[in-house]
Amino acid sequence: MKKIFGKPESLSDKQFTYCPGCGHSLIHRLTAEVIDELGIMPRCIGVASVGCSVFADEYFNFDFIQAAHGRAPAVATGIKRVAPECVVFTHQGDGDLASIGTAEIIHSANRGEKITVIFVNNAIYGMTGGQMAPTTLVGMKTTTSPLGRRPETAGYPIRVCELLKGFDGVAYLERTAVNNPANVMKTKRALKRAFETQLEGLGFSLVEILSQCPTGWGMLPKDAVEWVDKNMKPYFALGVFKDIRAEEPQHVT
Amino acid sequence: MAQERSLMKGNEAIGEAAIRAGCRFYAGYPITPQNELTEYMSRRMPEVGGTFIQSESELAAINMVYGAAAAGARAMTSSSGPGISLKQEGISYLCGAELPCFYANIVRGGPGLGNIAPAQSDYFQATRGGGHGDYRVIVLGPSTVQELVDLTMLGFELADRYRNPAMILGDGILGQMMEPVVMSDAIEYDASPKKEWALGSSEGRSKHLITSVRLAPGTLEKHNMHLLEKYRKVEEDEVRYELYEVDDADVVLVAYGTAARVAKAAVAMSRQNGGIKLGLVRPITLWPFPKTVISDIAKDKPDILVVEMSLGQMYEDVLLSVCGKAKVSLLAHTGGGLPSEAEIVETAKRAKSSNEAIEVYPSVD
Amino acid sequence: MTTKLIMAGFGGQGVVLMGTLLSYSAMVQGKHTTFFPSYGAEMRGGTANCSVIVSDEEIPSPVVSVPDCVVAMNIASLGKFEGRVREGGVIFINSSLVDKHVSRKDVEEVRVPANEIAEELGASRAANMVMLGAVIKKTRAVELQSAINSLEKVLSERAMAYLDVNKKALERGFNEIP
Ligand SMILES: Cc1ncc(C[n+]2csc(CCOP(=O)(O)OP(=O)(O)O)c2C)c(N)n1
Ligand code: SF4
Repeated sequence: MKKIFGKPESLSDKQFTYCPGCGHSLIHRLTAEVIDELGIMPRCIGVASVGCSVFADEYFNFDFIQAAHGRAPAVATGIKRVAPECVVFTHQGDGDLASIGTAEIIHSANRGEKITVIFVNNAIYGMTGGQMAPTTLVGMKTTTSPLGRRPETAGYPIRVCELLKGFDGVAYLERTAVNNPANVMKTKRALKRAFETQLEGLGFSLVEILSQCPTGWGMLPKDAVEWVDKNMKPYFALGVFKDIRAEEPQHVT
Repeated sequence: MAQERSLMKGNEAIGEAAIRAGCRFYAGYPITPQNELTEYMSRRMPEVGGTFIQSESELAAINMVYGAAAAGARAMTSSSGPGISLKQEGISYLCGAELPCFYANIVRGGPGLGNIAPAQSDYFQATRGGGHGDYRVIVLGPSTVQELVDLTMLGFELADRYRNPAMILGDGILGQMMEPVVMSDAIEYDASPKKEWALGSSEGRSKHLITSVRLAPGTLEKHNMHLLEKYRKVEEDEVRYELYEVDDADVVLVAYGTAARVAKAAVAMSRQNGGIKLGLVRPITLWPFPKTVISDIAKDKPDILVVEMSLGQMYEDVLLSVCGKAKVSLLAHTGGGLPSEAEIVETAKRAKSSNEAIEVYPSVD
Repeated sequence: MTTKLIMAGFGGQGVVLMGTLLSYSAMVQGKHTTFFPSYGAEMRGGTANCSVIVSDEEIPSPVVSVPDCVVAMNIASLGKFEGRVREGGVIFINSSLVDKHVSRKDVEEVRVPANEIAEELGASRAANMVMLGAVIKKTRAVELQSAINSLEKVLSERAMAYLDVNKKALERGFNEIP
């Protein structure tokens, strides 16, 4: 009999300690499933960033390194250049990747580093207590935008996939979500494509995943999944932004 | 309105004091345990017509402050260890270009990402400069929420007076705790008659240049000697400390910040119980360090015990000040550990009865 | 006299407000006081606690490792802090939500049906104030009147509508203790 639901081999026995309804745990699980399916677990190296997923290493059964805030792509670059046979990925939040780490993400994308970036966009700083993120939506209230994000002073939410699309070193880019079963399946497929891109040595790959942060948003998990549909998706279009393996990039939305 | 006591969180008290000191520019990046200061400024700055920016990183924050200070504003930033490390580049530039600014380091446990517990382990970084080049930063070490307020106001003053960054070296406890505090009245600070060196409209005056690059042979040497002269003046005029029950003490404690609160209680406890007579020197300025007073005390007190929440960092300054005249022992905690009153009294007794200086560290089995 | 307390519960039970009001009342009475919250990642999982010290003398560290009193607003808090109370100390239990009793023999257990009393008053959210009233009576750390007078200073604007019921809750809790 085929086992259809069980703990992926890549995932450790450690229980997730994220808040109930948090997207990070789901994304870890999908990552582990994909790594299992591709049979690459022993040569995987994960790079944990700074944010709620700072202890991501605890959840996986392969090598991990913890990087300084925003620097994960640079750390991954160093690892991949020295150990090109390994599959190297980062797991980064939006503050980490799109604020303090903008230089690192842009330049590793531009260099076409053969790494995979798993970008968790929850539109807020979860770890430090709900401050404004570079991806916080216009008008959204956070502890450092108490009256709602005002574009006049805080600018607009950064669309990372759109930003990176123009770099020639980028081989695969997709934005997905994990707020319903269909989106979860799409995210898994996207992660697989991204890792395959790395395995084929084609260049930089990144999957941006719209993720729920019920705690930072101050809502129940069930409201948070709806909030993604209502507020995030209209601004952050889902779809494949770049796939050099496909002839024509398909835009799904 | 002043004089009224209010109950305030340390982080917020710094923010309010800064505003009352005329600070109208704040740039910062979230980090625990100082987030409430950034959050406070996001609410308060717009109310007073100032600028609040959540920068994309600490590197950006300090460079924004560099710009705001150059344009004549009282400007500040704040962070905790990991972020202050990133700011070192900008701080070095501020010192080189002789720009005033104020910042707070609400210290957490390090090295690396460490933890978010209170610590004093950034003492070296703060008092030795921290970034590249020959420079000093004025370092203030408050030990109560009231002092966070008073020293924040003083910090802006000193920064302007010496055209040099001044900082508060706090810790997670001071930032997070609430304590009664009396806010001073807002000072009459008007940034409009700009500092005469600041950038602005150059109409009718010769142009201003703010820079830290001095390539022509001899010019950097000359400039750095000018800085040294300034630092000597700071050392002469700005040393601040508190003495507590030192006169008849058998063992003199040296501690600052949160560690000094506990040390003070240890002095009182031991005296109440008729135990060993302790006294306390509490440096309030960590740079300039109260060398002279400690050196004088060492002349007739054979035993000094340094109590700190780091592995012997201020200890080195005390050793340098004492210069072999007395036995200097150490009680050190690290990584978020705090000394207790009983432990201080016990260590003081041991130090006194030992022929050699002792160093006591946390036991970790 | 010095009283060291740890107050704990889940997020939304108003534990921080309880501690703030106690500390504020002490300040109004001219006492030394400190308030220290749990912060950062400690708060993940939805629990909250704070340490309050009220004293006639200067307070060394605001961190309370061995409290005189623990206030457990929910069961998890009882488990977490029961062992920390000093010998002869007091553990206040919100008996509306916690059936369990203190297992130690060397501390006193005070049970306050805080939620039930608050509901009787028509404001279930005021359970924290019922509990604080009881704490004040038992510890004598501050005067009840100071707490009642200080309420409007610590309540958020939104909560000001409940000022009166909060005052009543403080009184009811105070009178719960013989
Ligand atoms: C240099 C530095 N600055 C600031 C911090 C504090 N810090 C920790 S996590 C974080 C933000 C995390 O937000 P995000 O990347 O969106 O991840 P999330 O927690 O939402 O998953 C910050 C600012 C730090 N650790 N290091
Ligand atoms: S704060 Fe948000 S991102 Fe962090 S664990 Fe909780 S739900 Fe997840």
